[in-house]
Amino acid sequence: MSGECFHCGQPVPPGVDLKVTVDGTPRAMCCRGCQAVAEAIVANHLEDYYRHRTAPPATPQELVPDALRQLAVYDHPDIQKSFVVDAGEHLREAVLILEGITCAACIWLNERHLMQLPGVKGVNVNYASHRARILWDEREISLSKILAEIRLLGYSAHPFSAHAADTLRRARRASDLRRLFVAGLASAQVMMFAIALYAGAYYYDMDHGTAQLMRWASLLLSIPVVFYSAIPFYRGARSALRTGHLNMDVPVTLAVLAGFFGSAWVTWRGEGVVYYDTITMFVFILLASRFLEQGAREKSVEAAENLLKLAPAMATRLREEKAEVVPVLELAVDDLILVRPGEAVAADGVVIEGESSTDEALLTGESRPVPKRPGDAVIAGSINLEGPLKVRVTGVGENTVLAGIVRLLDRAQAQKPRLAMLADRVAAYFTAFLLLLALATGIGWYWVDPGRVFEIVLAVLVVTCPCALSIAAPAAIAAAASSLLKRGILLTRGHALETLARVDHVVLDKTGTLTHGRPTLERVIPLAGMEAAQAKLLAASLEQASEHPLAASFLAAVEGRACLPVALPQNLPGQGVAGTIGGVRYTLGSARLLKETPQLPQAADWPAGATVVWLAVEGKPLAAFVLADRLRPEAGELMERLKALGVGASILSGDDEAAVRHVAETLGVADWHARARPEDKLAKLQALQAAGRVVAMVGDGVNDAPVLAAAQVSIAMGGGTQVARASSDIVLLSENLLDVARALATGRGAIAILKSNFAWAVGYNVLALPFAVLGYIPPWLAAIGMSASSLIVVLNALRLR
Amino acid sequence: MSGILFFLIGLSGLVFLALAVGIWWAVKSGQFDDLEGPAQRILMDDDDPLLPGRGRGSREEEQLKDGP
Repeated sequence: MSGECFHCGQPVPPGVDLKVTVDGTPRAMCCRGCQAVAEAIVANHLEDYYRHRTAPPATPQELVPDALRQLAVYDHPDIQKSFVVDAGEHLREAVLILEGITCAACIWLNERHLMQLPGVKGVNVNYASHRARILWDEREISLSKILAEIRLLGYSAHPFSAHAADTLRRARRASDLRRLFVAGLASAQVMMFAIALYAGAYYYDMDHGTAQLMRWASLLLSIPVVFYSAIPFYRGARSALRTGHLNMDVPVTLAVLAGFFGSAWVTWRGEGVVYYDTITMFVFILLASRFLEQGAREKSVEAAENLLKLAPAMATRLREEKAEVVPVLELAVDDLILVRPGEAVAADGVVIEGESSTDEALLTGESRPVPKRPGDAVIAGSINLEGPLKVRVTGVGENTVLAGIVRLLDRAQAQKPRLAMLADRVAAYFTAFLLLLALATGIGWYWVDPGRVFEIVLAVLVVTCPCALSIAAPAAIAAAASSLLKRGILLTRGHALETLARVDHVVLDKTGTLTHGRPTLERVIPLAGMEAAQAKLLAASLEQASEHPLAASFLAAVEGRACLPVALPQNLPGQGVAGTIGGVRYTLGSARLLKETPQLPQAADWPAGATVVWLAVEGKPLAAFVLADRLRPEAGELMERLKALGVGASILSGDDEAAVRHVAETLGVADWHARARPEDKLAKLQALQAAGRVVAMVGDGVNDAPVLAAAQVSIAMGGGTQVARASSDIVLLSENLLDVARALATGRGAIAILKSNFAWAVGYNVLALPFAVLGYIPPWLAAIGMSASSLIVVLNALRLR
Repeated sequence: MSGILFFLIGLSGLVFLALAVGIWWAVKSGQFDDLEGPAQRILMDDDDPLLPGRGRGSREEEQLKDGP
């Protein structure tokens, strides 16, 4: 039975025959995980999800009991202190970030399912930021249960502790919105009165009283605009002038204030032309463009914030032989902590006692266990795999490696692309020139026709405002970033976009990037009269009992049958696992556990780079399992697209030659290196750069931080390590390799638009200048011209979406 | 004529104030925080939230039964 899984869209492996009846029709499922989720959806009458979704969901992971135990930590009051708020008697409220969302229907599914849970009083999910605000009664349900229910559907959620930065951002956005609306409403009204004046007062004879009425009404309505809406510009101008610089806000402030007070003076005197319509429209358009640009930029920041998880921060501290469970925040340097197998290490430290290995996928992206003995250092966040470790703490909280890298992310967010910084500098010089010019124009016209001085200086200030220039780059980048985000490509650094456009060579890691990174069971070879099914069951039970990293692949193969009880499970560091089932002591692991390794006939057929795991009793092999890391299906197409874009590709991997050659040949990549240590990778990268290539590195871990840092653009897979995602320029949230090609194409498009924006902005300013100085442009035309040019720049940028 | 103008302009001023208050309230109550959600929610066919087994499947089955 072949075909596609109805739930996740992945191909159904041969031999798998799982079905769930949805809407009366039996549908094929590819694995127990999808089957469980589909059953949950049907059981809760949420089939609408299947009808409305526009994208396949992320493949659900097995709900290992371990995960449930970890969730229980979230119920601890000390942990909850940082993100749960009291919303009334017995009511609690928290914000969760949902992961695995691929389309709006996913959000709907979660919302509906959670609402149905007894004890959940309110659920509100923000479709844009994937954040859910949940209100629950703590007497009826616990937070860990809520999180478990979300896991049941195949998604995962983690709490979001409202960063101060986030609250600040929201408040600022709200106030920007209010200013914008006030400016919009007022300018609409003022323009109406202006039409009356143009229609009647300036060219025909409107009686004085009516004209004055119009002027005073316009003045009154301009007051909220000038004294409330335009405040951000005044602040900007003041801070610039204080540091002795000029920025775009200075001419804007001058124009608005001069226009208002000049017009007020005219209104008082009772005759002349007033310019309230000019200045209100001016302020409105400027606020609108800045708001749009900020909004798009904030989306990226929010998405990046979602990547930082609140680690369940509890640790077991040892004090005078007593073990107590404390929040990590309370740990201090030189404290002794106990890390049990399966737990995450709570802080940076040094091993004092115990022998085990840790999963530093956090930093390296590879789940290969790193052996640890007394004297070795361990990193906060890595997972202890085999045996208990006593660790002396050397770094806590902000001082951990992890926190340091998160700080890098924060700092990097503020970085601007080189082109935009150039634009800012040009704008500063231009502004200075403009102000001098306005002054000169004013003086000049004073000699010629003093009555027109005010009007012409105002027109000059307004029409030559370099706001189009300042918006050109941010608008293009924000639009590009937002269109990329829609496709699941997160741009964490602005500069990445312009560098991306120049990339002409891509270096790819193998494990976890070109391949799934998770070994899958390819073949079972039973020996010595054993049956394949029985062998699988034994292996799965052994793996499950010792929480070995390979457990997931064996469990998937066993498909729903319960594992056998295992007594005395034991981890053999670097070799495998052992356990007693039904009185017989089995071992499952590398060939080193066997007394002699039999020659397997089909060895030639195996995919290169496959690992063989042996099930044995007392060194005599009973079965062999072939595990291989499957290539991602879209890898081949990625290579074709890269070729079409004119971009070269290389594969650098720490894995052994056979495996890497196999992958390279399958994909048609000529340049590949195996057994590459970090230094080798770095050397190769630098060689490419020395040859003048602009290199993008795609990896799933910060594997080899120096290499990723050396590459001009670093791209991380979304499922990779937290640290990798935090420190890469681009994160592929959807884990689809084709996104690499898409990102490159979008980068090139964005730069093209950015350049055309610049050309237009500069050209317009230069062209309009002489006309304004010579008095051919009345202020209202100036306002329209400036607004139109800003709008054109923004619209041009929107073409990227 | 000025009389009515005064009145109307005054009225528009009041409307402006009312709108400003309305906007202030709308922004404060978080209506602008999620601009995509309401658009998507409308499309979801769940007017009767938690009634189990509305037999929606049967409607489509009947359509199929009617033949090509």
